[in-house]
Amino acid sequence: MALRTSPEVGGMGHSIKRKEDPRFIRGKGTYVDDVQLPGMLYLDIVRSPHAHAKIVKIDAAKAMAVPGVLAVITGQDLAKYNLHWMPTLMSDTQMVLPVEKVMYQAQEVAAVLATSRYAAADGAAAVEVQYDPLPVVVDPKKALEPGAPVLRTDKKDKKDNHIWHWEWGDKGATDRAFGEAAVTVKEDIYLPRIHVASIETCGCVAHFDRVNDKLTVWMTTQAPHAIRTVFALVAGHVGLAEHKIRIISPDIGGGFGGKVPVYPGYVIAVAASVLTGKPVKWIEDRMENLQADSFARDYHITAELAAKKDGTLTALRIKTLADHGYTDAAANPSKFPAGLFHVCTGSYDLKAAHVEVDGAYTNKPPGGIAYRCSFRVTEAVHTIERMVDLMAHQLNIDPADFRMKNFVKPEQFPYKSALGWEYDSGNYGGALKKAMDTIGYADLRREQAEKRKRGQLMGIGISSFTEIVGAGPSKHFDILGLKMFDSCEIRVHPTGKAIARFGTKSQGQGHETTYAQILAEELGIPAQDIQVEEGDTDTAPYGLGTYASRSTPVAGAAAAVAARKVRDKARKIAAYLLEVAEDDLVWEPGKFSVKGAPSKSKTIQDIAFAAYTNHPQGMEAGLEAVSYYDPPNLTYPFGSYICVVDIDSGTGEVKVRRFVAIDDCGNIINPMIVQGQVHGGLTMGLAPALYEEISYDEIGNVRGGSFIDYLVPTAVETPKWETGHTVTPSPHHPLGAKGVGESATVGAPAAIANAVVDALWYLGVRHIDIPITPAKVWKLLREKGVTE
Amino acid sequence: MLVKLSVNGEKHEANVEPRLLLVHMIREVLRLTGTHIGCDTTHCGACTILVDGQPAKSCTMFAVQAQGKQLMTVEGLEQNGKLHPLQEGFMAEHGLQCGYCTPGMLMTSYAFLKKHPKPSEDDIRWAISGNLCRCTGYVNIVKAVQHAAAAISQGGA
Repeated sequence: MALRTSPEVGGMGHSIKRKEDPRFIRGKGTYVDDVQLPGMLYLDIVRSPHAHAKIVKIDAAKAMAVPGVLAVITGQDLAKYNLHWMPTLMSDTQMVLPVEKVMYQAQEVAAVLATSRYAAADGAAAVEVQYDPLPVVVDPKKALEPGAPVLRTDKKDKKDNHIWHWEWGDKGATDRAFGEAAVTVKEDIYLPRIHVASIETCGCVAHFDRVNDKLTVWMTTQAPHAIRTVFALVAGHVGLAEHKIRIISPDIGGGFGGKVPVYPGYVIAVAASVLTGKPVKWIEDRMENLQADSFARDYHITAELAAKKDGTLTALRIKTLADHGYTDAAANPSKFPAGLFHVCTGSYDLKAAHVEVDGAYTNKPPGGIAYRCSFRVTEAVHTIERMVDLMAHQLNIDPADFRMKNFVKPEQFPYKSALGWEYDSGNYGGALKKAMDTIGYADLRREQAEKRKRGQLMGIGISSFTEIVGAGPSKHFDILGLKMFDSCEIRVHPTGKAIARFGTKSQGQGHETTYAQILAEELGIPAQDIQVEEGDTDTAPYGLGTYASRSTPVAGAAAAVAARKVRDKARKIAAYLLEVAEDDLVWEPGKFSVKGAPSKSKTIQDIAFAAYTNHPQGMEAGLEAVSYYDPPNLTYPFGSYICVVDIDSGTGEVKVRRFVAIDDCGNIINPMIVQGQVHGGLTMGLAPALYEEISYDEIGNVRGGSFIDYLVPTAVETPKWETGHTVTPSPHHPLGAKGVGESATVGAPAAIANAVVDALWYLGVRHIDIPITPAKVWKLLREKGVTE
Repeated sequence: MLVKLSVNGEKHEANVEPRLLLVHMIREVLRLTGTHIGCDTTHCGACTILVDGQPAKSCTMFAVQAQGKQLMTVEGLEQNGKLHPLQEGFMAEHGLQCGYCTPGMLMTSYAFLKKHPKPSEDDIRWAISGNLCRCTGYVNIVKAVQHAAAAISQGGA
């Protein structure tokens, strides 16, 4: 896209420096734990050592004897106000604090309110809880077997652990295609439980002001407006009305989906503040964060892919078991219990597909949120990219050639997928070719062949993913009934500077910079002259928040639309000032000039001043606009990644030698920020591919519950990412932009897994579940007779 | 217990519980909130400060262990209104996103560059391997440190 503004204005396409950085590099950000209010109390939480147990007795006496401890709050206390259970986003129910039993290890059992952080911790350690252990169900397959202990005894008519069945696509056509297929491949693919592990954990400061009857909550939330509404709906019966609730999402230390849900700690802190009239702070520690906050993935997938003899793909069939823990607390649009998993036909022109998902309850923490990805899209992409690779290898066709053959072609867009999505735009072959050229694909294949002769294990993996982001069109997308629009409100001040507020909330994405750039592009007001604010529900327009790469596709579009409304009014004022008809004016970013007489012009700053000092009779003063943007479609970013791995046959360690990522997110707002998003996303793709997993032993003890054994990659394991772009604008987005923050997380794991299997295929290895740990590879190598 | 220490050249004393963690003293007693907390196991490095010039994870030190020590936190990097080259480097190279790990990264890098003014990329990666970042993928953090090393060698600080 050609630049339309100068670097000083800093519209789209300029790598301007971030406006949020001056405070962060000085340590002057305000994260939730930095909020300290006079008289503030602290909350700490007692958690269950058992994965499933009856609560026989909670004895608070010793805790109450700890100096500084003011109260021990139990489920019985909350039950008096009917606040011991809360609804989840998926219309299931979740305990705030239990009355009868606990359902997973590390579940909240009681909360201690004290005058200091340390007294609260002492108090929590002194609470004595007597448990009566119950049979534990860890494996979702066993959970669905007849005779399995029924976990949700709170649901009167519940006779099993099955949550829901969901299916999509044409089963008959798919089964027929498989019947006619010359070649089929089938694989069980497990995408394990992982955790976003943002470096800042979750927490809040709740302050109920009894004089003004107003609750203010500083809170680590990606969706402050929706949270305000949820609080009003859930706690309306105890007197919290929506106009008396203010949610402030301050600087957020990474979100990635983990800060979308409402966790019990928030609710208890709010209840404690309302009851005491004092500010109450709750900040979870890392182990609580990893062990109790929402997990991602945990999909047990069985996939089948069908092809003709010549390698033309025809159909995809998937059955999946989704382990949701003890309640379905996923964060998906209401209509889609498995999120957008049915984008699983990926970048390929399949004629038929059918997908089934069943949800199961187990004795694990709830969740099913994203891990820096749109709703269940990594699960979809990993499946199709593994299966396509499997088929290519099975047919002995180079995986790159095989993809090129089966891609949806550029001329097929807009493309209706076999599962009903309308892909807005794409050039999949272009991205893959650029990735192949960048990495030197043919040379790498030659090198691999030579190394194989010498017994050295080298693999090349490709992932050509299609993302689906920017939820979403109101016809299909809502959360708890709230349509998934987003918003921008602009006020241009008399001196030509502006403030713009949004319904989203940055957690590091750089919205203060990129939104200002969109407005600079549309209005010609320098980005430096535009203050961007989000996260305060008392001031920002209502929006559904930042997750699933929706900020640019939805709120970014709202910014463009609102700016164009401002421009429409500015045109009227300019026509009045220049004494010409509106049609006689020509716009270029920053000014209107008279057609054929370019010296006669008015800058946006002139016009802004006139809007308050010299506006036409009959027109309202001011220069403002608001847009609540309802996207007509989702956007479909895509890309092709190629990864080269070397495997140590002695230790089984996989080393990523090179990784080339070619992304296409349409028109780019700030290339520096987009590249940074891709770097981060790639690292969060590497992490689950090789390192991260939260698993459980047979009695529900968590493994991977601290940074000791939950292995977030450091700078040493992380390769030097090589990035590049193709640009295929979205035809329906006002700026031609798509989302980008999550593409790399979605696309990268399959490239790495494909590279490892590519290295080991000749030994008879067909699939390895991620994380591909040295232990797994070492064991496989020994099984295949490779010894060193 | 009475603890006397100096932070960023300024003397402080406070009566604290012997078990008070140094990071809590810095953040909650001295109200210098640039030093962050990201884990309980000394793995993430968000709380990294300098104790007598050495990087230390302040979540794993008691305040009383800093008795008589010279501490430096992120707030001490900027001198007389002039940013440290590392701070400039992080901004110029987009070495931060959410900003939460940034103070710890800056302090680790500060101590590292004092000892290794001309580091290789590998040296930098090893030096910051006790500091986790979830946003940036580290590539631009490495560039930021290189940027600062170049600026310092040209007399920037």
